[in-house]
Amino acid sequence: MAASETSNGTALRYAFGNVLSFFILLLIGVLAFSIRLFSVIKYESVIHEFDPYFNYRVTQYLTKNGIYDFWNWFDDRTWYPLGRVIGGTVYPGLTLTAGTLYWILNSLNIPLSVETVCVFTAPIFSAFASWATYLLTKEVKGAGAGLTAAVLLAMVPSYISRSVAGSYDNEAVAIFALIFTFFLYIKTLNTGSLFYATLNAIAYFYMVCSWGGYTFIINLIPMHVLLCIVTGRYSSRLYIAYAPLVVLGTLLASLVPVVGFNAVLTSEHFGSFLVFIIIHVMALVYYIKGILSPKMFKVAVTLVLSIGLVVCCAVIAVLVALVASSPTKGWSGRSLSLLDPTYASKYIPIIASVSEHQPPTWPSYFMDINVLAFLVPAGIIACFSPLSDASSFVVLYIVTSVYFSGVMVRLMLVLAPAACIMSGIALSASFDVFTRSIKFQLPGVKGNSQVDAGYTSSEGVVVQNEVAKTDKNEEALKERPSKKNRKKEKEHLEKPSVKAQVKKRLLVLPFEASIIAILLLILLGAFYVVHSVWAAAEAYSAPSIVLTSYSHDGLHVFDDFREAYSWLSHNTEVDDKVASWWDYGYQTTAMANRTVIVDNNTWNNTHIATVGTAMSSPEKAAWEIFDSLDVKYVLVVFGGLVGYPSDDINKFLWMVRIGGGVFPHIKEPDYLRDGQYRIDSQATPTMLNCLMYKLSYYRFVETDGKAFDRVRRTEIGKKHFKLTHFEEVFTTHHWMVRIYKLKPQKNRIRGKAKKSRSKPSSTTSTKRSETQRKNPWH
Amino acid sequence: MVKSTSKDAHALFHSLRSAYAATPTNLKIIDLYVVFSVFTALIQVVYMAIVGSFPFNSFLSGVLSCIGTAVLAVCLRIQVNKENKEFKDLPPERAFADFVLCNLVLHLVIMNFLG
Repeated sequence: MAASETSNGTALRYAFGNVLSFFILLLIGVLAFSIRLFSVIKYESVIHEFDPYFNYRVTQYLTKNGIYDFWNWFDDRTWYPLGRVIGGTVYPGLTLTAGTLYWILNSLNIPLSVETVCVFTAPIFSAFASWATYLLTKEVKGAGAGLTAAVLLAMVPSYISRSVAGSYDNEAVAIFALIFTFFLYIKTLNTGSLFYATLNAIAYFYMVCSWGGYTFIINLIPMHVLLCIVTGRYSSRLYIAYAPLVVLGTLLASLVPVVGFNAVLTSEHFGSFLVFIIIHVMALVYYIKGILSPKMFKVAVTLVLSIGLVVCCAVIAVLVALVASSPTKGWSGRSLSLLDPTYASKYIPIIASVSEHQPPTWPSYFMDINVLAFLVPAGIIACFSPLSDASSFVVLYIVTSVYFSGVMVRLMLVLAPAACIMSGIALSASFDVFTRSIKFQLPGVKGNSQVDAGYTSSEGVVVQNEVAKTDKNEEALKERPSKKNRKKEKEHLEKPSVKAQVKKRLLVLPFEASIIAILLLILLGAFYVVHSVWAAAEAYSAPSIVLTSYSHDGLHVFDDFREAYSWLSHNTEVDDKVASWWDYGYQTTAMANRTVIVDNNTWNNTHIATVGTAMSSPEKAAWEIFDSLDVKYVLVVFGGLVGYPSDDINKFLWMVRIGGGVFPHIKEPDYLRDGQYRIDSQATPTMLNCLMYKLSYYRFVETDGKAFDRVRRTEIGKKHFKLTHFEEVFTTHHWMVRIYKLKPQKNRIRGKAKKSRSKPSSTTSTKRSETQRKNPWH
Repeated sequence: MVKSTSKDAHALFHSLRSAYAATPTNLKIIDLYVVFSVFTALIQVVYMAIVGSFPFNSFLSGVLSCIGTAVLAVCLRIQVNKENKEFKDLPPERAFADFVLCNLVLHLVIMNFLG
């Protein structure tokens, strides 16, 4: 009777625990969603930054024209005159997700605009991501650690920075897909079920759809498999978790147009095939070992080893030959710069010029993962006791992601979930130890502690044993029947419990120490929460399309970008081409709906270099380049009046570098005075005469009479000048965006005649060929 | 030396055969299926080597379909093997249902990719 009562009690407790954790998860989801709404509350519901505008435009196209038009979409509004095949060059996951959300909502008669759906996609998926973190950590270390990790992930600043409302970028859904794929892998590894293996491959497909970072998965999982094999932890569950994933995953990945045959042809994926072969060999070895007697097996090993070595050498030789025959050794530039951090800055200025591809600084670690950085080592230690397949995977995950985050600031995002999982494990393990020590030393709540301990399986048995031994009271006697019950169920658990008993007793800490430690941990958690909320509210929610600043006379809002783009869309012809540096390409096509020359996709270095060359050339040469590209308007961003630091003058050296990389007549030293970049009276004449300088500072002296640049904090070098080939057509309220129109060609015959008279014909021909080389669009 | 190795090989072959003879029939059928699909994959690879890999997606889907089937069959074999202690509580019907589901997904993907 008593036994059934207590088992009823534990069942109730289980149910209660499940309901409780369900509600906790629900609240975590709400927290993850709402902490990302600061940007909407403080600013407005807009799309942020640069890339999200492109994604937004693609989503609009998708919802308007349907999926088939989307796959076949050739975009003529960008990369003029080349254009771009959108369907084959984007990762479609994010767009399809938001499009599906939009369709579902509209079929339910909830008429949201596409923009609203896009703005809120990232917060919704961050809630999903924290649930996926719960599942993953639960598989590794139990539900307590799972809940802690989910809370931590819901507000880790690094992830918030990429997923605030309005930040509609690939990473928003990709982090969820990443964690969920890892969860399914671990789940398959723990259960050995083919069903989860299928789901795992489909989750991997979603990840491939959403982000180029999928190569991290397809390299990390083989690494873990290899680690398991090398450390002698091979099991048939490992085979079921890995082998179907490779076959199905490779096929699914090649279905995504942007990946295509790369899934079998590039070196990023070769590692997985190699491990695929190795795991088959291991499976065969284990199988033969199982059916043969040990003595015969030894014979077989010696026999096979000699043949196997030869075969292995042959396979490796074939692989090496394959790798060597493919261009750039089969590695893409971004992946190479991951392996060799100095690669990009040496060879590809366009990758190095993006600020999020730079290596991070130490403060950025503290800013982005805060106290988690200190908890991670503790988590690693907790993972080693005891080391299982799942926990070794998490350890491997954190180690590799720490390395990658050290190479590129952007990959801090991959580190954040790993850090959250580790810290969740560490926090929950330490709370476990401290609360247990308190429980043992509180005489008043002994009865409680027993029932409490009763519902954790093996640990509970141990705790009961200990309590029963240390102080024999009648409550222990009461427990006995239920203990017997459990003994029947879990005979195999009894053996390790004896060993664990000794260990557990060592883990009991002094009462005061554990109370203080718990208080300190709570304080640490509170500090983390305060920091995260501050980061979400202040640091990461600025949309960068609308800027604000506080000064003594209140809040200023700079809405110059949208002012300029709407001017363009209202005052220019539909087919006019607008040239600007590539940062503003996506925004111009999305908001002004005008054709641009280059945009943030940066796939054609030469084309970008052409624009860079034009910006760094003197007015006449620049006019010729732009005219050959059919450009009608030139747009420059200028922050000198209001002190907006990321303007075109500050990016100008990259234009010179990228332009000079393709057209050697642009030389960086020409723009630098003694190695220093300056725009005051000490600046070089090349600098003072280049187009970017002129377009930025034209009529600037009229603002305050001194032409004082607030970003560079100097007076500019050349104040009074006139434009000969361009005319100013629009300058926004705070002068942040200035739009110029190319003047129509002058009377051509007179100019030509003059030129041909002054120069002999032979030199004109060489000159012509030279200009042709300088400008491919002539 | 050569004689002893050949003798060893002979003994090994013998014991392998006798050990394999003890496996249940249903596992043998699965083995046959695996061997068949690996053999089909090999034929396709040889054909590719002779004729060329022009419709690369066709080649890829053909070979991967065979390898995939083989891998899934091996997984099924691992799961229904009575001697495997890890999968004692997994009924063979469930294992077969998983196998069918996985195959369904695999071949849907292949039909899409065949081009």
